[in-house]
Amino acid sequence: MNNYLTSTIFRKVLASLSGLFLVTFLVGHLVGNLQLFIPGVQGQTQFNKYALFMTTNPVVQALSIITYSAILLHIFITLFLVIQSRRARPVGYAVSNGNDSSGWSSRNMAILGTVLLFFLVIHLKSFWYKMHFGEMPYQYLSDGTKIKDLYQVTTSAFQNPFYTFFYVFCMGALSLHLKHGVESAIQTVGLRIPSYEKLFKYAAIAVAFSIPAIFASIPVYLYFTNI
Amino acid sequence: MILDNKVPEGPLELKWTKYKSKVPLVSPANKRKLEIIVVGTGLAGASAASSLAEMGYRVKCFCFQDSPRRAHSIAAQGGINAAKNYQNDGDSVYRLFYDTIKGGDYRSREANVYRLAEVSASIIDQCVAQGVPFAREYGGTLDNRSFGGVQVSRTFYARGQTGQQLLLGAYSALSRQISKGNVKMYNRHEMVEIVKIDGKARGVIVRNLLTGEFNRHFGHAVVLATGGYGNVYYLSTNAMGSNVTAAWKAYKSGAAFSNPCFTQIHPTCIPVSGEYQSKLTLMSESLRNDGRIWVPKKKGDNRPPSQIPEEERDYYLERRYPAFGNLVPRDVASRAAKERCDEGYGVGKTGLAVYLDFEDAINRLGKDIVSARYGNLFAMYDKITGDDPYSTPMRIFPAVHYTMGGLWVDYDLMTTVPGLYAIGECNFSDHGANRLGASALMQGLADGYFVLPYTIGKYLSEDIRTNPISTNHDSFTKAENNAKERNKMLLLNHGKRSVESFHRDLGRIVWDYCGMSRNEPNLIAAIDRIKELRNEFWKDVKVLGDDKTYNPELDKAGRVADFFELGELMMRDALERNESCGGHFREEFQTGEGEALRDDKKFTFASTWEFKGVDEPPVLHKEDLGFETVKPTQRSYK
Amino acid sequence: MGDLQLTLKVWRQRSSSDKGKFETYDVSGLNSHMSFLEMMDVLNEQLVGKDIEPIAFDHDCREGICGMCSMVINGRAHGPLKGTTTCQLHMRHFKNEDTITIEPWRAKAFPVVKDLVVDRSSFDRIIQSGGYVSVNTGSAPDGNAIPIPKEVAEEAFDAAACIGCGACVATCKNASASLFVSAKVSQLALLPQGQPERKERVNKMVSKMDEEGFGHCTNTGACQAECPKEISIEYIRKMNLDYNLSNLKG
Repeated sequence: MNNYLTSTIFRKVLASLSGLFLVTFLVGHLVGNLQLFIPGVQGQTQFNKYALFMTTNPVVQALSIITYSAILLHIFITLFLVIQSRRARPVGYAVSNGNDSSGWSSRNMAILGTVLLFFLVIHLKSFWYKMHFGEMPYQYLSDGTKIKDLYQVTTSAFQNPFYTFFYVFCMGALSLHLKHGVESAIQTVGLRIPSYEKLFKYAAIAVAFSIPAIFASIPVYLYFTNI
Repeated sequence: MILDNKVPEGPLELKWTKYKSKVPLVSPANKRKLEIIVVGTGLAGASAASSLAEMGYRVKCFCFQDSPRRAHSIAAQGGINAAKNYQNDGDSVYRLFYDTIKGGDYRSREANVYRLAEVSASIIDQCVAQGVPFAREYGGTLDNRSFGGVQVSRTFYARGQTGQQLLLGAYSALSRQISKGNVKMYNRHEMVEIVKIDGKARGVIVRNLLTGEFNRHFGHAVVLATGGYGNVYYLSTNAMGSNVTAAWKAYKSGAAFSNPCFTQIHPTCIPVSGEYQSKLTLMSESLRNDGRIWVPKKKGDNRPPSQIPEEERDYYLERRYPAFGNLVPRDVASRAAKERCDEGYGVGKTGLAVYLDFEDAINRLGKDIVSARYGNLFAMYDKITGDDPYSTPMRIFPAVHYTMGGLWVDYDLMTTVPGLYAIGECNFSDHGANRLGASALMQGLADGYFVLPYTIGKYLSEDIRTNPISTNHDSFTKAENNAKERNKMLLLNHGKRSVESFHRDLGRIVWDYCGMSRNEPNLIAAIDRIKELRNEFWKDVKVLGDDKTYNPELDKAGRVADFFELGELMMRDALERNESCGGHFREEFQTGEGEALRDDKKFTFASTWEFKGVDEPPVLHKEDLGFETVKPTQRSYK
Repeated sequence: MGDLQLTLKVWRQRSSSDKGKFETYDVSGLNSHMSFLEMMDVLNEQLVGKDIEPIAFDHDCREGICGMCSMVINGRAHGPLKGTTTCQLHMRHFKNEDTITIEPWRAKAFPVVKDLVVDRSSFDRIIQSGGYVSVNTGSAPDGNAIPIPKEVAEEAFDAAACIGCGACVATCKNASASLFVSAKVSQLALLPQGQPERKERVNKMVSKMDEEGFGHCTNTGACQAECPKEISIEYIRKMNLDYNLSNLKG
């Protein structure tokens, strides 16, 4: 058992499971974001109430701690593995021809992951930090109560073409990261059995394409509807 | 020198059983004190080293490759024979014994061959238990195929990679003993001298190929499992590193060498395509089951094969041997191809090839069936030559494949040097003048797993009082100095010609004069030519690099130097044997129809040579093979 | 056919402690029927003629089965052809006046010995750690005592076809030995003979693999694409599952 916990395979399993968990997080996050498609005051109210619920509900709080841990675990374990694999080849090749034998994204998960980390920092700063600790505008509801107006923060952020472009670009990176990540994680935990190989492959592609695409469609929608 | 084959008394089928029940044993406590050196890690070496270590001996094992798993046994394709009679087709130990003796053209030792057939069944059991993935029937039992024109299906196989799978099995057994500390493994070490003390083999000098250092190793016994010497021909199906050096040092230390001229030439190999050619690739013999062999009827006809009409083709095997046609034995098919090419009917750029044509088979069976039977071989041919055998006939030519000759051993597999054993292809005992298909793997594993571990005990049981001898002993020093001296001479020679060019020239002489057919004037001339070339080698060879780092040129130079001396001995042996048998075809001794003519009255013996000095003629001793059970008959394939 | 002329950039390194660098050689007098290693022989003979020490490279059987040859040719282990070892690669796949870069396998666990020769004894040590069935000579039951379904025997063979050349490690961006290790683990795990030691075997071999300094597997699939015997990464999945289950079940 001792060896098991320090083995590369166990570490790979941790990276896989944390990654797969984060995919479920993305799905949840995405469902919430879809409310931004609802136009007018109705959409604003619903989204802001949702944001309030997400920041106060104890169950969601507990889940978010798990999510933060998963993100940290995923980062540290993969960082550790990347360092290990760099050490495994101290002298590199003068000529490499990787595209002939493997996909680009599969070989560049660390770069993609770093882009996503960068995105995450900006993203958290723009919305999460502001929501929790920053100065927020307020929406006054018809019953007289006021709630933090994350809707306005969001829509105004995406009036910046550079910010919108950055978001869409990072969703591209997410797509590539998921494309290899999902299938690879299934292989690592040992579930990619040959008879379901095709199923897993297409499922991974579907996940890798649809989640980032829908995510990206929201800022694009917001940008063009608010010009 | 007295050749005592130590064959036990009694009826043939009881000799081994009685031997085993009477052979003295070594107690476990004493085994721990006894050290055995095994040189080579092919089927014979790896199986012997692991079995001896399991029994409790302390084993040191050496190979020149980077890993014991690389030994050339790995390249054997076809399969391994065993008298299991799983197919219920009437096979038996006796029948396997008989087929092997007859296939060897009555030039092997009955008692050894019978024992080989006897232990063959255990080999399969052992390999299956190790996890060797033999081919299976749908019911889960082991599959067999028929091989080499025998009447029963007794060949076990693992696709076309039987040698690989068996070797990896033996390698895994060896690895297990290495991990337990019972075998000390030395990779990239080449044996360069045998050390003899008081007439007994007591150790070896090896050279660490990576550092150039010479190391001394003591052993109560030394086992050579160093394979065959086919590379004396330069071009053969052997691996590039296969060499005679260990066996040759043994010969020069007093171990007699038998039947060096018995070499097997395999008829279906991919032909030489140019001067640069480094080795030859075998195409499985099974191709002859459906392929038809032909050459153009007109000399020097260089039209593409598709434009040569049917009536202008000479299907010479079908013409000469109507009964067996394209399926005549290896030696006959090889000689017939050579005869046509010598007469100027050969095809291809070099004129040294014949066609093996599948057009009829494709028309008769359809491309799918031909592809199912031979698809992988066709792909391999295509990979190497760039030609597609489905649309154009293959070109094939015979190539040196196996050497039946080797160190003389008695029933115990001990050479004429006490304590020095030779197992596998490097001994001479089981295949006579011609080896049957799928028998090389059988012999290697029989010797290593089931014969040597018993017989070596007989010698070692008398040696339990011998304490390890210090490697500072004079004999070690002397042997090491010999080896060092030789290396120095090669490195400091500063000649003009590469080792490779000498090897190529030697190979051509041996191939031309001691290849598929031999005659007296040529053999006499060849002895002189080899001597000349050998002298030139020592005068003019150029070996660059040093002896402190890995230097493959230096390693090769040492091996080629030994091939020169061996080549000369082969000529002498071929000259001495005034008959044609198996792989040895003397043009003076043939029937009116050009078939081999054996002379059982005068030559039913193993020609066994004793070394007398590099420039002295060796002395011939004859081990009479006196057949008691089988009566020699003439082979006919008409 | 026709004459072929090439420029070769070859890694030269005198010994493991030497730094090493690329040298450029022009070779002429080649033709398209030569194998890649025969081309190297020609180059070496030309170098000997010029009193330059020939290039050391590993090779033995030259028929694609011993697993000794090992060169990274233009960035690909064993060169551009699928399912082919360096020794089976022929010059007709190159064009006249091509420049070819030849490098040794690169991995911490495969230190360079000289020029293009590397030390692959780490593979031996992995097999020694458990890549066998513990059966002593003479103690085996009859070969037909345990029937093995044909499909199982075939699948075990597919794994057993590994020639231990190390192209998987050389190709993998992480220098992982997972394909090599999983091929042996799976061969024996598939067969009834391998069951008694199954857990112990996978544990020991995986530990040894890590200890030898190979990288981890990121499932890029490059190993299976470059493996001269086209061994599938399905065996890596099997090994992972075996390893996890054998540890989680305790």
